[in-house]
Amino acid sequence: MAQAAAIAQDDHHYTSTGLSSWKVGFWTFIGSECLFFASLISTYMVYKGRSVVGPYPEEILNIPLTSVSTFVLLMSSLAMVLALDAVQRGSRKLSLVWLGGVILLGSAFLGFQVYEFSHFVHEGLTIGTNVFGSSFFVLTGFHGAHVTGGVIWMITLWILAARGKLAPADSLKVEIAGLYWHFVDIVWIVIFTLVYLIQ
Amino acid sequence: MSVTTESAQAPAVTHTQDTGIWSWMTTVDHKRIGIMYFLTSFFFFFVGGFEALLIRIQLMRPENAFISAETYSQMFTMHGTTMVFLVAMPMAVAFFNYIVPLQIGARDVAFPRLNALSYWIFLFGGLFINSSFLFGAAPNTSWVGYANLTSLQFTPGRNVEFWVIGLSILGISSILGGVNFITTIINLRAPGMKLMRMPLFAWMTLVTSFLLVTAIPVVAVALILLAFDRFFGANFYEVTAGGDPILWQHLFWLFGHPEVYILILPSFGIISDVIPTFSRKPLFGYPVVVYAGILIGFIGWGVWSHHMFTVGLGPIADSFFVASTMIIAIPTGIKIFNWLATMWGGALRFPTAMLFAVGVVAIFTVGGLSGVMHASAPVDLQQHDSYFVVAHFHYVLVGGALMGLFSGLYFWFPKVTGKLLSESLGKWHFWTTMIGFNLTFFPMHFAGLFGMPRRTWTYQAELNLEIWNQLSTVGAFIFGLSSLLLIWNFGRSLKKGEEASANPWDAATLEWAIPSPPHHYNFPVLPEVRSREPLWHEAERADVEAVTLPEPAKEPIMPSSSFWPMVVAFGITLTWALVMTGVWWVPLLGFGVTAFGVFSWAFQPAFR
Amino acid sequence: MSTETLDGPGQGHGGHGQGQGGHASRGTYWAIGGILTLITAAEVAIFYLPAMAPVLVPLLLVLSATKFLLVVMFFMHLKFDSPVFSGVFLAGLVLASFMTVALILLYQVLPNYQVMG
Repeated sequence: MAQAAAIAQDDHHYTSTGLSSWKVGFWTFIGSECLFFASLISTYMVYKGRSVVGPYPEEILNIPLTSVSTFVLLMSSLAMVLALDAVQRGSRKLSLVWLGGVILLGSAFLGFQVYEFSHFVHEGLTIGTNVFGSSFFVLTGFHGAHVTGGVIWMITLWILAARGKLAPADSLKVEIAGLYWHFVDIVWIVIFTLVYLIQ
Repeated sequence: MSVTTESAQAPAVTHTQDTGIWSWMTTVDHKRIGIMYFLTSFFFFFVGGFEALLIRIQLMRPENAFISAETYSQMFTMHGTTMVFLVAMPMAVAFFNYIVPLQIGARDVAFPRLNALSYWIFLFGGLFINSSFLFGAAPNTSWVGYANLTSLQFTPGRNVEFWVIGLSILGISSILGGVNFITTIINLRAPGMKLMRMPLFAWMTLVTSFLLVTAIPVVAVALILLAFDRFFGANFYEVTAGGDPILWQHLFWLFGHPEVYILILPSFGIISDVIPTFSRKPLFGYPVVVYAGILIGFIGWGVWSHHMFTVGLGPIADSFFVASTMIIAIPTGIKIFNWLATMWGGALRFPTAMLFAVGVVAIFTVGGLSGVMHASAPVDLQQHDSYFVVAHFHYVLVGGALMGLFSGLYFWFPKVTGKLLSESLGKWHFWTTMIGFNLTFFPMHFAGLFGMPRRTWTYQAELNLEIWNQLSTVGAFIFGLSSLLLIWNFGRSLKKGEEASANPWDAATLEWAIPSPPHHYNFPVLPEVRSREPLWHEAERADVEAVTLPEPAKEPIMPSSSFWPMVVAFGITLTWALVMTGVWWVPLLGFGVTAFGVFSWAFQPAFR
Repeated sequence: MSTETLDGPGQGHGGHGQGQGGHASRGTYWAIGGILTLITAAEVAIFYLPAMAPVLVPLLLVLSATKFLLVVMFFMHLKFDSPVFSGVFLAGLVLASFMTVALILLYQVLPNYQVMG
């Protein structure tokens, strides 16, 4: 009964597991997003080798360029964990540095994607050219849209940090944003392998 | 239950006891959201039912021309789409919303504003897809929308667009709801409420929620690919470019089969709570029923191509799916035996809730038997796309899912409203439903085996199918009338029904420990649970009632109402709807509204 | 009340923390960043080396899976967190993997073994 009384005092924070509902919910959402991207990746895999006209992947995919953009995105994940670490330790300056790093590296990745897309269109590969164009642009396009959303989220956090509103007690917000960011990164790890490296 | 004034120290809290339309539009209270889900889905039940009656009138006579072939296509498409997405799913969600937090001893769901968002997306999405009727362009390519019938080449016009966009909007609601209920059930159970002590309905809600968050993204992608084909000239389902229309079928049924378990598991959960109550016996083999439910959810992912036996996947693929489909009948059958064993030797009572629950056991078994017949690929080659299939899925979906929801309705109506439904009207409802339902759908087994195809607006007189169709049409009208009895029962009971106590059925689980209807905060103090049937064990019931019935000394802190979920839902609907303009940047306007709503929401404290 | 925007039911205050056992150090994060870079470089090298062609696919799958696991277990902290998080994530990941493999089998592998399909 004492526990019940104690719970009554502050029970809008009570949980059965001691875990944050935000983390439980967000990991569940990430599990769901696995299915979303897997469906797009499966579509790409199913249509490999089925384009009737070119340009074909081996003619147009730029491995050196994409290796660099992949590296950039991986480093943005490193910046993300360092940003979380900085917020958890209450270091406002480092939070701004590392969150800024995520924003810059993420934006650089998007820059690479924009360049790649416009280059492909210039070379004659559009969404309507063949099934490679359709499946490639939709898969990487949705991934890029997710990165864009992530960058906007990070900018919001950066502004909060700049205003001194990202204290250690707020680190859960950064942690959740980090989970999103890392997820977008691991989706790219899969895409880089299955689309670019295994042709 | 008047609105109490706050003491000087207590924080200002917005009471959900406020009446008035604004308080309902901004509510984040799971009970109010549950009621809204129910009323909306109940309304759509009559919309879908009306569409069914038009179908049945058209089929009453061979070579009839009551409605045109085009209208007929719209009717069977919207009947299926409405019943699956706007009735069965949301009605189950209504129960998830109202009942599950009460059953696990929680004050609300994990994310109350997200919960409201799910409801408003459902309402706006449902209105959007039905607005297609105003343009004479209701979806017309069946509820499964096979490619490449749905391509621009073969179905130009707005019909398919309304369907693709409407379902995409509705899917968001379900995914968010699934995340919400998974988190709620994992994280907000009262002290002592271990997972294996939860009521079965809460368990089935958990499994269904996992199915929702995993299956809906797949159909979302199928729809996105179709949208890109139609709006942006992509080639996903274009044969000449190397695309494959069968990919649509794979993606759709990868979603579609888990979807039918999404439709049935909530009702299995409901009757798993109802049957023990009216047998005055705990559920027989509780762990087995739980594991069977989990197994059904999991194996349900491995059977999808049994909808594609006539596609020509080849004997190796077909054999795999025959095996997996037959295997999944096992855990389903196990549940049937558990329900029967629960009743065996119990002190049986048969109020309407129990009649419908037993009805589910009987009728679903019939539907399950025709399902096992379909599982054999050679047999299915005759049955596929015939009325035999229509008979099968109506037996499991109406006899199983819908009757289970009706059982829950009669069971929990007293808890929600504080009034009892009329038992005599209930029995009339039950028996006319049973007669009408069986008269409608049993003849369809014969019509199908004698050669009547699905989705065809008429048939030749020489086929001798008229008698089966006439029986079905008569049955359909009886079924429709029986549903009117339900409305009458609601109205009468709300006005002058007998008052219900906290536990009119002498049931076992936590929701029956609190008043009918509950306080807006549900539990004054979170109860401590020590068994699966807390109210059936003297000592535990005394402890639970000691903390659940009294007024609290200090008003529990509840989440505040919010306007932003409705704004975001509107923004999402607007964004998707603007895709129909065909101009790529116009949806960004809707996206702006959505983003504004999301940011405002994010910066609004949950408790004010 | 506070302006805490993530406040709501279940912040874990009433329990025993966020379920975090241990914690990786900053040095570990930098090291993993380095390993991710090296693996990526190795993958690109394997892509270009003709000698690697026969083992390209399994090798790349293993290497990318390693990167995936490193990010998930360390950057996303799953190694140190409650199994509840791993559970809800794996539910999605396992089904996603199953679906992808099944569709590849149906489309790219099975047609080689039978006349139809």
